[in-house]
Amino acid sequence: MEANPMTQDIRPEITPEPPAPREAASAAMSEARSAEVPDTTFGVIEHPDPIINCRDVNVFYGDKQAVFDVNLDIGRHQVISMIGPSGCGKSTFLRCLNRMNDTIDIARVTGTIELDGQNIYDPKIDVVPLRARVGMVFQKPNPFPKSIYDNVAYGPRIHGLAKDKVELDEIVRTSLERAGLLGEVKDRLDQPGTGLSGGQQQRLCIARAIAVSPDVILMDEPCSALDPIATAKIEDLIDELRENYTICIVTHSMQQAARVSQRTAYFHLGYLVEVGETDKIFTNPTHKLTEDYITGRFG
Amino acid sequence: MNKIGDPGAAGRPISADQAMARVNASLRKRYGAERRFRVYGIASVTVGLAFLALMMISIVGKGYSAFQQTYVDLDIYFDPEVIDPDGLRDQESLMRANYNTLIKDSLLFLFPEASGRRDRRALGALISNSAAFDLQDMVITDPLLIGQTRRVSVLASADADMLNKGKISRTVPESERRVSDQQIAWLETLRDRGRFEKRFNTSFFTHGDSRDPELSGIWGATKGSFYMLLITLALSFPVGIGAAIYLEEFAPKNPVTDFIEININNLAAVPSIVFGLLGLGVFLNFFSMPRSAPMVGGLVLTLMTLPTIIISARASLKSVPPSIREAALGMGASQMQSTFHHVLPLAMPGMLTGTIIGMARALGETAPLLMIGMVAFIVDIPQGLFDPSTALPVQIYLWADAPERAFVERTSAAIMVLLGFLVLMNLSAIILRKRYERRW
Ligand SMILES: Nc1ncnc2c1ncn2[C@@H]1O[C@H](COP(=O)(O)OP(=O)(O)OP(=O)(O)O)[C@@H](O)[C@H]1O
Ligand SMILES: [Mg+2]
Repeated sequence: MEANPMTQDIRPEITPEPPAPREAASAAMSEARSAEVPDTTFGVIEHPDPIINCRDVNVFYGDKQAVFDVNLDIGRHQVISMIGPSGCGKSTFLRCLNRMNDTIDIARVTGTIELDGQNIYDPKIDVVPLRARVGMVFQKPNPFPKSIYDNVAYGPRIHGLAKDKVELDEIVRTSLERAGLLGEVKDRLDQPGTGLSGGQQQRLCIARAIAVSPDVILMDEPCSALDPIATAKIEDLIDELRENYTICIVTHSMQQAARVSQRTAYFHLGYLVEVGETDKIFTNPTHKLTEDYITGRFG
Repeated sequence: MNKIGDPGAAGRPISADQAMARVNASLRKRYGAERRFRVYGIASVTVGLAFLALMMISIVGKGYSAFQQTYVDLDIYFDPEVIDPDGLRDQESLMRANYNTLIKDSLLFLFPEASGRRDRRALGALISNSAAFDLQDMVITDPLLIGQTRRVSVLASADADMLNKGKISRTVPESERRVSDQQIAWLETLRDRGRFEKRFNTSFFTHGDSRDPELSGIWGATKGSFYMLLITLALSFPVGIGAAIYLEEFAPKNPVTDFIEININNLAAVPSIVFGLLGLGVFLNFFSMPRSAPMVGGLVLTLMTLPTIIISARASLKSVPPSIREAALGMGASQMQSTFHHVLPLAMPGMLTGTIIGMARALGETAPLLMIGMVAFIVDIPQGLFDPSTALPVQIYLWADAPERAFVERTSAAIMVLLGFLVLMNLSAIILRKRYERRW
């Protein structure tokens, strides 16, 4: 774990509720369902060395609001995991960070998201370099129907990162290496990427994302389609990548969040309910909704 | 046996035995339905194939004989008195000579009894008008022939050809057929002496239209069709694909684009004759383009095929999984790069198929061409996009209308050629699709 002194909690109004007694489980359950989402996020939204600052982020799909007033800092060279029940807006929020929501016609984002102090929703900002800096790995592995080599080389090619073929080869090799895939595919770089297994495809997608040397990698449930061994490989990979990259990962697996992330954000019905150090969230959550979720009482 | 509501083992709503019995009962029903459906399917496919076979048999049965043509071996005496009485042997007098006389003389030698004027004309009608020109060519290329006798194979007239192919029934009263009893007798004599010969009908593939069936061919119409399709392909493919890509990938979804989409769908259903009228009004009357030109035909067919191509191209773009677009955009590709690098290659097979099917429809289209004057008797082979010409389906229409017996088989033969081209185009669509698909 990264040694990362958290700032003091600056929200004195937080009043932790006592955990519900065991014998009143079903009562607690209905109470939890009716539990109100808080007006302000519990826990520590700030980070001493943030790469991304989100302030008052709201996302609307047409008239329907999917994300409400999210304030969150994302620390540099850290893994932050986002958890929460299905449909609570994790993916929607994640997709705001590289403006992938722009590709959905009805989606509308308000608020500011600053990447190294620069608001990415500024009309002057060009999404092409933004997405080169903030890469994305999707829930379903989606390699291009091209060769393994071309998959990884695609980003460097369109962004003109390699001066010549030798450099490009080197980028492809190191990216595959870092994604832990090189050993498995080095003899068949010219084979289609779609011919790999699901776990290999997902690692190929990670290699493809890191080939353009992004600062941030967004991962939306990267392991949801994978078996435990492939999942473990990707988790190890995420842990290694942390040295050089900032990673935001959406996951439904609490164990995964606990294993790979330093901070955890809990979303509920479009609200960021609580955020804090992973250890704290999983051992001593402040808000009742968070506690109910991580103890598996609903979700 | 348990009854419903009787809680069997572990509180099941119905017992295991009962459930199994019901499943088996329903299974029989399901399999029955499946079998019936399969029978319906096979029946409808069979009916379809039967009609197709019927059509092919009737077309091929009527048309295959058109690919052969009867020739008559005649001993031609290249009479110097007829060809060049002045003995000049120069080009001009050789051109002017009456070579028909040579043929008639040769026939008269075979049938001396045909002495009357009418008999001689009837005798001459057995040989095609083109034979005299063939003899002329022979003499001009080799003037030493003059004064010699040679056995020359000359093209028989369409009537003689029909008789030789057994397409003129002798049971019909003489007054109702084109060939008289006398002519039949002569032709039979020629045949018995082995003077008839059937050869491959090259002129069918090298000539334009003609009043003489034995001289008519489809080359002019084929070339006309080829030029038209060239124009249609060159215009409708890029325009159609471009429009589809723009509408599908770039255009904002708003009432205007919805309106455009509805209009394109409606245009695809507009009867083709309306496009012909449009072409007449716009290209001929307004832009004063030449009548009967493949250029205009191509433009009209472009208008007609564009909606089809746009719709099929949009459908194949829609079928590209959105995850590919997301992957490309997520890598920082621009909309254009994502479309051209990733979406288009995947959509290409579908687009090509749609285009070729549109082109095949354009190849077989007749109605709009009637409106722009492509239904005309045109002998010359078109040499360019603005030369008057017909098209294959129009040629079929014209021949189907012609009264001569010999045009019947030519109509069917032309249909066979047209179908051949269609099969070729559809085959290329399949091959292109396979090639693109095989890449991954
Ligand atoms: N393209 C869209 N158009 C309209 N509504 C959408 C769209 N995408 C998501 N939503 C809505 O926004 C809300 C949040 O969805 P989102 O996908 O962010 O949830 P999630 O937390 O990622 O859920 P899951 O864990 O199931 O992936 C949901 O109510 C969903 O119905
Ligand atoms: Mg999601």
